[in-house]
Amino acid sequence: MSPTDAHAHGHGHGSSRGYLIGFGLSALLTAVPFWLVMTGALGSVQATALWVVGLAFVQIVVHTLFFLHVNTRAEGGWTLLALIFTVVIVAIVISGSLWIMYHLNANMMHMGSGGPPAGS
Amino acid sequence: MFEQSIWKTVFGRLTWESFPIHEPILLGTFIVVALLGAATLGAVTWFRLWGWLWREWLTSVDHKKIGIMYMILGIIMLLRGFADALMMRAQQAIAFGANQGYLPAHHYDQIFTAHGTIMIFFVAIPLIVGLVNYVMPLQIGARDVAFPFLNSLSFWLTVAGAILVMISLFVGEFSRAGWLNYVPVANLENSPDTGPDYYLWALQIAGVGTTLSAINMVTTIIKMRAPGMSMMKMPVFCWTALCSNVLAIAIFPVLTGAFALLMLDRYVHTNFFTNDLGGSPMMYWNLVWIWGHPEVYVLVLPVFGIFSEITSTFSGKRLFGYSSMVYATVVITILSYLVWLHHFFTMGSGASVNSFFGIATMVISIPTGAKIFNWLFTMYRGRIRFELPMMWVVAFMLTFVVGGMTGVLLAVPPADFVLHNSLFLVAHFHNVIIGGVVFGLFAGMTYWFPKAFGFKLDPFWGKVSFWGWVIGYWVAWTPIYVVGLMGTTRRVRHFDDPTLQPWFMVAAIGAVIILVGILAFVIQIAVSIKNRDKLRVTGDPWDGRTLEWAIPSPPPSYNFAFTPVVHDLDAWDDMKARGARAPAGGFKAIHMPRNTGAGVIMSAIALVLGFAMIWYMWWLAALSLAVLLIYSIAHTFNYDRDFFIPADDVAREEQARLAGGEA
Repeated sequence: MSPTDAHAHGHGHGSSRGYLIGFGLSALLTAVPFWLVMTGALGSVQATALWVVGLAFVQIVVHTLFFLHVNTRAEGGWTLLALIFTVVIVAIVISGSLWIMYHLNANMMHMGSGGPPAGS
Repeated sequence: MFEQSIWKTVFGRLTWESFPIHEPILLGTFIVVALLGAATLGAVTWFRLWGWLWREWLTSVDHKKIGIMYMILGIIMLLRGFADALMMRAQQAIAFGANQGYLPAHHYDQIFTAHGTIMIFFVAIPLIVGLVNYVMPLQIGARDVAFPFLNSLSFWLTVAGAILVMISLFVGEFSRAGWLNYVPVANLENSPDTGPDYYLWALQIAGVGTTLSAINMVTTIIKMRAPGMSMMKMPVFCWTALCSNVLAIAIFPVLTGAFALLMLDRYVHTNFFTNDLGGSPMMYWNLVWIWGHPEVYVLVLPVFGIFSEITSTFSGKRLFGYSSMVYATVVITILSYLVWLHHFFTMGSGASVNSFFGIATMVISIPTGAKIFNWLFTMYRGRIRFELPMMWVVAFMLTFVVGGMTGVLLAVPPADFVLHNSLFLVAHFHNVIIGGVVFGLFAGMTYWFPKAFGFKLDPFWGKVSFWGWVIGYWVAWTPIYVVGLMGTTRRVRHFDDPTLQPWFMVAAIGAVIILVGILAFVIQIAVSIKNRDKLRVTGDPWDGRTLEWAIPSPPPSYNFAFTPVVHDLDAWDDMKARGARAPAGGFKAIHMPRNTGAGVIMSAIALVLGFAMIWYMWWLAALSLAVLLIYSIAHTFNYDRDFFIPADDVAREEQARLAGGEA
């Protein structure tokens, strides 16, 4: 029964130390991209964008580990399994959509730069 | 002028013209619905049932009562959806040459949209969710689902969505853009009316309910199985329910996202799915079908589970190839994500994209075929009892296989280029949905009805219903396959070629035969209630094999006085073989969740919010959103959520059962 479960045990919810480390890391990972953009320390826009995206991915990992408590042991491995499933589905959806939308006009008649040909 | 602006502020775009009193068909329908509704409400008031209804049903968090209410919702909406089907069949049977039929195009387009939307979102989903809700916790030996209040909220949100669709019949109009509300038709510039807004709000509200329900069911299956029931000792129905709900959790957010973007297009004039300014209508198709194809499996997987349970029970044998059945289910779950493009092969993608998705689609038929063979081998050398549930299984196998084969045919891109958007496709998906999902739901309802109510359904009217559906299906859809193969397109209201007319007349006759099946089902329920004393059964009327048959019919509110311990797959069969007895003493108080009206109230507010947004009554929308937020936060402070059923009450109920001669 869920009400008993809710106050029977509190494991799997991390320690305050874990939360503090997570908070510190995510604050840092948020501050650094702001700093990169605001000061233009890297010089090139493209390099800045790549760094911001890269740090965002690290941020995702930090949240998953410290706030969602995903590891191989939590809930008998179900959390990890759910995460892997999610990653697979998201990868399929995003890469599939990109592929499909990129390929959208492969079978369409070639149209000049000036819009549809006359009479069609 | 001033009065007009006040009216507009208060009622948004709702005017007297929004009520279709000039349309005789709608007016007639409205009068009938109003009379029936008034009669029902009057009867409830006359018999003083409001308090009972509120306490025992509307506020209930009991998974069994919520399951039954889902079933009632699904059956009511089936009648509405089928009325739409009959109207389309009648129109297409007569609208040839000079005869324009009786439905104007504007109305016909709303009917085919409403038919598809209702049949999938408000018939198939509620019936599936209802059966899972009722049966799954009993099969795993649980006393309720993981989140009982969330279950109640999910159900009432689905009801709110259904009510919005029904309101659109009499206030304003429904979408004309097909059952997935396709852009560019549903774009603001092409449909400035309320139609797509009704569609979007109804499905967003109901979609929240479906997502929450799916999370609830997955948690229940993973966390609340009886001791000893490892994953590979779980009944197949629970496995299919698990996979179906995992699918639902993964896909509904995509649909919600796509609908949210379309809402932004329609309300704040963004350009996600428009034809210009960087928008792409095809992105909408891409997103809705990422939801749409797995959704087919959300519906059909639990039905495969139902067939597995019934085949095994009525053949008196263990299911053939249990683990292959489980792996087939999991493989279908994964593969169903890799096929969505087959709904738009003709969109313009090249050979590499089309062949990838075509082959992935064909591959799905392998695990599905494995399942068919498993059922056949379960029946092989079994002592088959051809009672109604088993008859549905056989009808399913014969009908569904044809639908599966036309599906593989459609998965071949060059063939699809010929058949895309034809009535052949429409016949194909009705073949798998009726022959698979609907037949399975009737099998499941007949099978578990005695568990839910303590008496069997009348077999005579059940057989009338069965033959009505099976014969009706074949008479109605074979001609549609034929005209589709000849090139007739879907969503057409009038035909020029008179040689097609005989086919459509046969199809209309088939629809009437299905009508006989549906009416016989309603009569069956009425007759069974009337003769319930003669049809009364014990806890285990079919010589069942899984845990739900170990307890009385109908089960007590707490399901199991003692949580069962499972040693084997087919736990109840195992217990019977070892001569297990229901315990006669030593009962303990049972901890149960308390009823709450919060689900009904929150859904009612969500309904008002949806209606206000559809009609641009901004003040009402803002007000109801604020109330909804405040109420939901306030509800989290309600700590009076659980209670104990005293041990004496449990003992009294269990002893009454033993005295009644139950097994």
